Amino acid sequence: MSADNLQFTPQIKLEFKINEKDFFVAGESASRVKKTLQQLGLHQEIIKKVAIIIYEAAMNVAIHGDHGMLRIYIDPVSILVETDDEGDGIPDIELAMQEGYSTASHEIREMGFGAGMGLYNIDQCSDELHIDSKVGIGTKLQAKVYLTKKEPNSDYSS
Amino acid sequence: MANYTLIYPSRMKLSQVREILEAEVLCGNDLLHKDVRCCFACDLISEMLLYVTPDTLVITSLTNIHIVHTAHVMDAVGVVFVGGKKPDESVISNGTIHNIPLFTTKHPTFECCGRLFVNNLKDTKKFTDSINVCR
Repeated sequence: MSADNLQFTPQIKLEFKINEKDFFVAGESASRVKKTLQQLGLHQEIIKKVAIIIYEAAMNVAIHGDHGMLRIYIDPVSILVETDDEGDGIPDIELAMQEGYSTASHEIREMGFGAGMGLYNIDQCSDELHIDSKVGIGTKLQAKVYLTKKEPNSDYSS
Repeated sequence: MANYTLIYPSRMKLSQVREILEAEVLCGNDLLHKDVRCCFACDLISEMLLYVTPDTLVITSLTNIHIVHTAHVMDAVGVVFVGGKKPDESVISNGTIHNIPLFTTKHPTFECCGRLFVNNLKDTKKFTDSINVCR
């Protein structure tokens, strides 16, 4: 999948700045976006998926990035969660996607984070996921959740 | 919607949780009438995100503010801090702001889970396997 697949015209855009070790922004942004999505009347499964993606993605930036941005684009078809950070980057994305793999410090782990489940959880909750990372420069993550399921008889319409 | 039917295998009030765990209420005294649908014990935020469904009771030994944030985002019904641990006042204030009742009990995690389990409170299923369903 290429990044081009995730391009579309956004109708609602939410933006949060994430500083290094700013762990509060993950919970705050997930909470605020959740409220917005509830006001839009979206299905609770969609809301939960997006909240998990935002929480994990923002936490990854706070833990591993020097600083970065979290952006959420909502259109009639899908929700795109995007993080863009300047930081260490990910040397081996395939390895980082494995459940339990973590490079987080002991300090971070003591807080209940850095369990090596972040990217795995994002992957589990996303319909499309694209990660572009350069070691020593930073990481861009795009995770998309569709508002309607493509399988027959399993939509989110009610 | 058949895939997402809500199942209520057991009913327990937060007030019963307080009694069973001999817990002290740190905040949310006015919310003890709330129903607890299921329970999840963990010390990892990522696991909470995947397993905590609406009205889940969270049992944890972590006392930082992120537990309350996560509980709020995931619509948990309350949080029990085990082993006599008590969070800072700022964490308790956050619980009050977000309407998340917080408890502390002298009992360790295993004892808490055992007491609640024999009283018919069940655990949660992983969110990505099935949403909003307690076992």
